[in-house]
Amino acid sequence: MTSSSEGLKVVGTRPIRPDGIEKVIGRAQFGADTVMPGMLWAKVKRSPHAHAKIKSINYDKALKLPGVKAVITAKDFPDIKSEEAFVGEGPMNFRDLSRNCIAADKALYDGHAVAAVAATSSAIAEEALDLIDVEYEVLAHVIDVEDAMADGAPVLHDDLFTQGVEPKPTKPSNVAKKIGFNKGNIEEGFKEAEVVIERRYTTQPVHQGYIEPHACVVSIATDGQATIWSSSQGQFMVRAYCAKLLGTDIANIRAIAAEIGGGFGGKTLVYLEPLALALAKKTGRPVKMVMSREEVFRGTGPTSGGVIEVKLGAKKDGKIVAAQLVLKYQAGAFPGSPVGPGCMCAFAMYDLPHVHITGYDVVSNRPKVAAYRAPGAPISSFGVESCLNELADELGVDPLKLREINAAKDGTKTAHGPTFVNVGYLETLEAAKNHPHMKEKLGPNQGRGIASGFWFNIGGESSASCHINEDGTATVVSGSPDIGGSRASMAMMASEVLGIPYERVRPVVADTTAVGFTFLTGGSRVTFATGMAVTQAAETVVADLKKRAAMIWDISPDAVDWRDGMAWPAGQNAGNFDPLSLADIALKAGRTGGPISAEVSLNAQGAGPGFATHICDVEVDPETGHVKVLRYTAVQDVGRAIHPSYVEGQIQGGVAQGVGWALNEEYVYDKNGRLDNPGFLDYRMPVCSDMPMIEPVMIEVPNPRHPFGAKGVGEVPIVPPMAAVANAIADAIGTRMRDLPMSPPKLRAALDSGMKDAAD
Amino acid sequence: MSKHHVTTTINGEPAEYLCEAQQTMLDVLRDELGLTGSKEGCSSGDCGACTIIVDGNITCSCLMLGVEGEGRTITTIEGVAQGDKLHPVQQKFLEHAALQCGFCTPGFIVAAKALLDSNPNPTEEEARYWLAGNLCRCTGYDKILRAVMDAAEVMRAEAGR
Amino acid sequence: MPRVNFAAPTTIDEAAAALASASGLAKIMSGGTDLLVQLRSGRLKPELIVDTKRIPGLIGMRQEGGMWIIGAATPGVMISDNHEFEHDYPGIVEGMDLIGSQQIQGRCSLAGNLCNASPAADSVPAVIASRATCVIAGPNGARREALVEAICVGPGRTSLQKGEFIIEFHIPKPKAHQCDAYLRFIPRTEMDIAVVGCGVNVTLDGGGTCTDARVVLGAVAPTTVIVEDAAKALIGHKLDEATLAKLDTAAQAAAKPISDKRGTIEYRVKVSGVLARRAATIAFERAAKR
Repeated sequence: MTSSSEGLKVVGTRPIRPDGIEKVIGRAQFGADTVMPGMLWAKVKRSPHAHAKIKSINYDKALKLPGVKAVITAKDFPDIKSEEAFVGEGPMNFRDLSRNCIAADKALYDGHAVAAVAATSSAIAEEALDLIDVEYEVLAHVIDVEDAMADGAPVLHDDLFTQGVEPKPTKPSNVAKKIGFNKGNIEEGFKEAEVVIERRYTTQPVHQGYIEPHACVVSIATDGQATIWSSSQGQFMVRAYCAKLLGTDIANIRAIAAEIGGGFGGKTLVYLEPLALALAKKTGRPVKMVMSREEVFRGTGPTSGGVIEVKLGAKKDGKIVAAQLVLKYQAGAFPGSPVGPGCMCAFAMYDLPHVHITGYDVVSNRPKVAAYRAPGAPISSFGVESCLNELADELGVDPLKLREINAAKDGTKTAHGPTFVNVGYLETLEAAKNHPHMKEKLGPNQGRGIASGFWFNIGGESSASCHINEDGTATVVSGSPDIGGSRASMAMMASEVLGIPYERVRPVVADTTAVGFTFLTGGSRVTFATGMAVTQAAETVVADLKKRAAMIWDISPDAVDWRDGMAWPAGQNAGNFDPLSLADIALKAGRTGGPISAEVSLNAQGAGPGFATHICDVEVDPETGHVKVLRYTAVQDVGRAIHPSYVEGQIQGGVAQGVGWALNEEYVYDKNGRLDNPGFLDYRMPVCSDMPMIEPVMIEVPNPRHPFGAKGVGEVPIVPPMAAVANAIADAIGTRMRDLPMSPPKLRAALDSGMKDAAD
Repeated sequence: MSKHHVTTTINGEPAEYLCEAQQTMLDVLRDELGLTGSKEGCSSGDCGACTIIVDGNITCSCLMLGVEGEGRTITTIEGVAQGDKLHPVQQKFLEHAALQCGFCTPGFIVAAKALLDSNPNPTEEEARYWLAGNLCRCTGYDKILRAVMDAAEVMRAEAGR
Repeated sequence: MPRVNFAAPTTIDEAAAALASASGLAKIMSGGTDLLVQLRSGRLKPELIVDTKRIPGLIGMRQEGGMWIIGAATPGVMISDNHEFEHDYPGIVEGMDLIGSQQIQGRCSLAGNLCNASPAADSVPAVIASRATCVIAGPNGARREALVEAICVGPGRTSLQKGEFIIEFHIPKPKAHQCDAYLRFIPRTEMDIAVVGCGVNVTLDGGGTCTDARVVLGAVAPTTVIVEDAAKALIGHKLDEATLAKLDTAAQAAAKPISDKRGTIEYRVKVSGVLARRAATIAFERAAKR
């Protein structure tokens, strides 16, 4: 269609979201809000050990408690063969997922589910948990990534042999996979370099921190037909995983997307649904399961923590000629860390001749990681974008200038293969450089940092339909759960194509029986891919509407124009007939061929790359190590903002999560491998008073392969903040923090040791 | 253990319910009275998604027992709008796109309404500290603050007329 | 939450009798903001909860006989909203006001914060610094008075006997040129438990020299710590650099913290000195104006 904003009436405006009122009056139905007659409540018994053999589970006493209806263990599930799953975001194996939902022979982390009980009330179910006796043989455990890689570390899986190394290992280890990406010749690159710096950075696992705990209600009929209401990022994902884990046909499961109270990648896999289905099957009654916050922290996946070893070689003028990176990512209890995208995104902003990247995917006794906003990229970028500033210091080049000198452009070949097109990176640097923020004066103990970030953005499979109703309104149906306002953008794009007011287009998120297959909401794909399906469905409808008008006028469909929601006779017929509105045509649909609707299923390709550059000001209290974020500006190439408010919201939200990641969020394990801070009190996500306003600057470099130029916007905003904050702290007090989180005790210790160094 | 019989006022209407002693006010609202607008995010008073107003003070309904409801005056998110007229805070949340997933929204709206009832002209900093007990993970708080400050202005203008 | 019994007596004696007659653990609830969290986490498994909020006098505050008398279950908002009290004890109000969120403020009480017996309780250091006492009710009409610092004996443990509970606090009205301050350090700006807390209460002469002082640290030992050496560093001095340095050293020396998820030993010790200096500076400024 068009890549210019000219002529757009709806796209780019800021209407109220169609699901808004229900959400501000408390009527929207989230995962835990559904009730069924005769419903049971189920709770999960979890391992208190980080690593233990399960010798026996005895639940006779639990079953005797009045009100308890059933208990399940891994024995109630079919044994699943090892098989790659392409259902969620990031690598997954069906057998691992089954064992993650309920431990089979070993509990692999504190909080790993070992049994579940259904009872007539949640209090009874909870009481019954204490009556389930699990006999464990506690095994040595390992939490940190490098400890897990070390010789002699406790091995989690005796059938796990490192992939990607030659010769094939004969001993099992915790290193699931070694991967590499190369470009040019790294040795030559470092030979050419006039300045070389090598630094090591570390990050801690961080949780997505969605405020809504996982929840579902399931009902299953005696013939095996099941309905699942659950909060997830993809009802088709829930359906596929549950069918596999329960050993039933996909057609037997109807998965309904409840409103989802945040996901950020953390709801791209299942935890409760398979357990609830097994309990519903065993009891013949609907079952509701809701996690507590403690269970969310102990039992569900954060993103990896990692070790990032960066070596950069540059010419004195700032041209980087060699870039080497080693990444070690924690996967949690099963393989599948986002080390792949971590490797690929690390240097993607830069046009570099010689690159050598190595990544390790490492299991340890922590919850299996799940996707989290730009999975993998923020971790490697924290290292690379911090190291770039260290290099800039070394070279005496302005950090922003250094990025400009090395920026990727259209035609830059990345280390991981593809050659870039539609790159808006330099535009973000330019806008950052010229932003008034860069000129604001800083006071004592205040500093400014910049950092950039990249995320691929993805397309993928989506389905959508567009139905013209009898009165000329339209219903747009898609299969993408609305996690942050996507209903509004779907309605806006359909409204733009149909030419009728936004309020006359109503969007619906359909269940798995009411719309074609749609991959989950993730990878910043919905506005791009599902938006493309919606647009094409609306375009198909418009073509049909023109045909109907032609039929009514008895002229050729080619001689009909569609403008402003009306059919106009065109060419030699121009002016011969009064235009027909969409409502006029809808009214006559019965006489022109029946209902007007179209469904489009597609596999969208050509998601434009996401680039961002952030500017952060901080003030450090040198006596306490407390860091206050004073001002934050986030520049991003957004392609085209369909609904600018929700694009801004994605940027602001990503920044706040990144600030939490930078400053305070972490998992604290005790010496027994038990999580010591499984709650919002001590996990310390940013609260309202921690944050300044966050200024989003939207650069529009439209994506030619989307009907309205949209690019994914949700993920790249979390990539730059950690380095931006670290760079700001270094600017404020001259202390370089290379280990996240940069919490007050660590910062104060770094300051003191820096002072000691100076005194020595 | 027999249930407790509680008589109280919820959203301006007399209400009666039976509850067990360990049930929280949040459990009662959601599971006994079907008022599921108050959300359970943590059950430890750290997220504010279950915020209600009890006798004029905002409270985490997860940290109040249902039996304590006896004789109180309680407002939940379901009672913030007057019929089909949204409260200015609700209206401004919509206009400013101050919600993304919408899960924390009821708690924020109840807390913000209580703020503006007691302080019609808060500074941004006062609003931020008042709302620090409400966690939002989607928005970075920016648009929420703008919505609250804008609602305050609207309410002051309305009160002045 | 696990099943439990509940009573909401309307007299002190009924409450004491209910507590005394419980066969298992019986817990007093005023605001419940700590109790219900502990109940849910399984840390406490009481058989009975006794809600004291319906007992006349347990909520409310008044001045009587040169004292502020504050009902044990008086919520934080009521204390913060009392401007006369805030004028007398801005430090106590600061401490009370830092307990949790605005939502928690509607429920949390001085007695609850004290009897939860966390060394990090925000309202406790400034109350102890004011030399407050509390009145304890027991079975069969028994009443006794105790210093507030005598209540907590260790993390989660109090000196209260079975059937006993606090009914009110007595805080002496401040003298001329006497005032207090409370500061705590937390990683965020709100919602955290104190990593270190420090309450300082000073009395000055007309020339700004300290004649009496109490410095109390929280979160750096199993109970709050009254730092005698810190008081000595202040008494007889104006608040100059040398005095502040001595105060810092005394506070650091008195801090005997542990390393945990909220901070390290080294960090807490240093911040004890920092907060003592900063709180003393505020208290001196305030006292000079009183």
